[in-house]
Amino acid sequence: MPYSFYGGVHPPSFKSLTSDGALKKVYVSKRVVLPLSQHTGSPAEPVVKPGDTVTVGQLIAKATGFVSSPIHATISGKVTKISYSPSPTSPRALSIFIESQGDEDQEFKSKERGNIGSLSGDELLVIIRDSGVVGLGGAAFPTHVKLSPPKNKSIDTVILNGAECEPYLTCDQRLMMDRPDEILKGLEVILKILGARKAYIAIEDNKLPAIYAMEKALSGRTFHDAAAVKISVLHTRYPQGAEKQMIKSVLNRVVPAGGLPMDVGCIVQNVGTVFAIYEAVYLSRPLIKRAITLTGSCLNEPMNVQVRIGTILKDIAEATGGFKRDPKKIIMGGPMMGVAQYTMEVPIVKGTSGALFLSKEELCEARESVCIRCGKCIEACPMGLVPTTLMYRVKKESFAEAKDLGIMNCFECGACAYECPAKIPLLDYMKYGKAKV
Amino acid sequence: MKNPLTVSIGPHIRAKVSTSRIMWGVNLALIPAGAAGVFIFGVYSLYVIMASVISAVVTEWAILALRKKEFAIFDGSAILTGLLLAYNLPPDVPLWLPVAGSFFAIAIGKQVFGGLGHNIFNPALTGRAFLMISWPVHMTTWQNPRWQVDAITTATPLELLKHNKSILLKGTTYMDLFMGNRGGCIGEVCVVALLIGAAYLILKKYISWHIPVTFVASVALFSWVFNGFNGFFTGDALFYCLSGGLVLGAFFMATDYVTSPLSAKGKIIFGIGCGVLTFLIRKYSGYPEGVSYAILIMNAATPIIDRYSFPRWFGWRKA
Repeated sequence: MPYSFYGGVHPPSFKSLTSDGALKKVYVSKRVVLPLSQHTGSPAEPVVKPGDTVTVGQLIAKATGFVSSPIHATISGKVTKISYSPSPTSPRALSIFIESQGDEDQEFKSKERGNIGSLSGDELLVIIRDSGVVGLGGAAFPTHVKLSPPKNKSIDTVILNGAECEPYLTCDQRLMMDRPDEILKGLEVILKILGARKAYIAIEDNKLPAIYAMEKALSGRTFHDAAAVKISVLHTRYPQGAEKQMIKSVLNRVVPAGGLPMDVGCIVQNVGTVFAIYEAVYLSRPLIKRAITLTGSCLNEPMNVQVRIGTILKDIAEATGGFKRDPKKIIMGGPMMGVAQYTMEVPIVKGTSGALFLSKEELCEARESVCIRCGKCIEACPMGLVPTTLMYRVKKESFAEAKDLGIMNCFECGACAYECPAKIPLLDYMKYGKAKV
Repeated sequence: MKNPLTVSIGPHIRAKVSTSRIMWGVNLALIPAGAAGVFIFGVYSLYVIMASVISAVVTEWAILALRKKEFAIFDGSAILTGLLLAYNLPPDVPLWLPVAGSFFAIAIGKQVFGGLGHNIFNPALTGRAFLMISWPVHMTTWQNPRWQVDAITTATPLELLKHNKSILLKGTTYMDLFMGNRGGCIGEVCVVALLIGAAYLILKKYISWHIPVTFVASVALFSWVFNGFNGFFTGDALFYCLSGGLVLGAFFMATDYVTSPLSAKGKIIFGIGCGVLTFLIRKYSGYPEGVSYAILIMNAATPIIDRYSFPRWFGWRKA
């Protein structure tokens, strides 16, 4: 039996819309828009100028500082402009626009690296950094930073996050089903860099095919330094995939409030990120594509597809079958933590795990009413906070009290607002309060 | 724009359960007990229930109109207050009594504090306390089940006990208490019907076990341990649990969201407090029954319980 975490909710999964079809091949668009800030940290700095011709995989913006990440051309073509464009998280993001001129070879020539066994951990880190790999689970934290813990923190366990607890999304599940060997190779690279001897592949128990696929790939396989790799089957509960909740569920270790996973000797990496590490190290391929879930009842053909990063949402939606009816809400990411979009002219960025095209029926637009103190938000909060009381504090602008009640521990999973029978937008109050503290 | 997209902060999907669904769920869960009450005491108690509910809804409507607020009968909360008040009345009260009680419950118990979600005291119990103080004779004149010969002016089992007339309880079995074959309030007598409704509420997760279980358990424990001059550990715990309004109070009134603590820890403290006070009032006060006053007193303590019973957050450590 797995361990468990406190709180959480059980939203319906809607995963069967997309979980049965294999990961579709890479879709290549005629135009891409690449925001310079697709990661946590300082934005990348362009090394090309408008008018330049670029080929797929070429470096077009370099990292600025340690917590930053470079960006590569994801199609071959011409840089048309470097200007502002809407991105999933900002209405004005400085971006590099590339347009194909029609006849370029859009295939990335991957070079298999032969001498991987002889590379040191530091050399592997440099490859990962220069390939622009960031966390693909959503936060897009530069991976090389996460894999470089301070000397005084020793990491004994690596957890691969295959929980995918957001409803609708299935791209991680498909990746585990369709590319399990590559994921394990990526894991081995991480183990070597960190010198860790233990790893868990954490998957929720509603994704049996992914569990079987990973088990099959694991059987008989040995790892660097005889590391022990196990599958950890977790209860299906949102937010199981949140780092701290996952560590509690897999290892029963509690990350201290305000602390990081490395404080309890572990590191969590999303399976998609690990696949990107595999591609960077084994195939010398920078992060130019990713798997995303395109789903929702408004689409003709919901599916998982690999897309070039920078592809405009409208282009990919039309290229994959178009719309059955007009969507009422478009969300980048999952329905719990994703960001609603006001236009379809936004690019898929490194951290985009999916795009949902939802109809009125799928959304809840019930009106807000008054808090009846039912306490369901308290039962739901995985961080053990008191959302309703925090809401009143924030309403009264008593931010110091909100801080004393631990508002900064909120990581904005939205479980409280999901569960609230009065439909109070609790998460809005949390975000506002956190910004004001 | 022809088809504007909605933009908002997540979560973009919400649980189906809503305030009104919960209120109607509780109303539904109260039906078996009410039906049993009407069956036991006769159709007149149905009129009492209806008078109480209608008065509650009309009062709610009138005051919300005065406050220029939208009237939401469909949230079911006024109906619930009316039902609960009626269930706490003797079956043969004059019909103006529930009307006055529900008026007081909604007007003073609920709306004066700001309406749904803001009242400190359970509105139905506020109404009952008002009636107890104003018309004590009506409130303590009991009727036996309609198939018993002396169907008028009897006493409840707890009253008999209080006034040292327990000899008259000789014929009463636990089964009588369980099924409702006794004198008492309309909605409190049939324990089995109440438990059916309570099971529904717990299964639907509309209420949690914390308050009812700790409430009943502490009444049972204290009644068993302290039995006056008969010596310790000799009390009849089962009798105390089945008689009076304990089951109705513990499952349907103490669990009122608005007036009980938020967290699980707080609910346990609240439940134990209710149990201890019920025991003390039953045993040592002038009243034979103490459930409603115990709940009201603990309602007053809810804010302070809340303050000291919030859960520790994940990864909490001593500063």
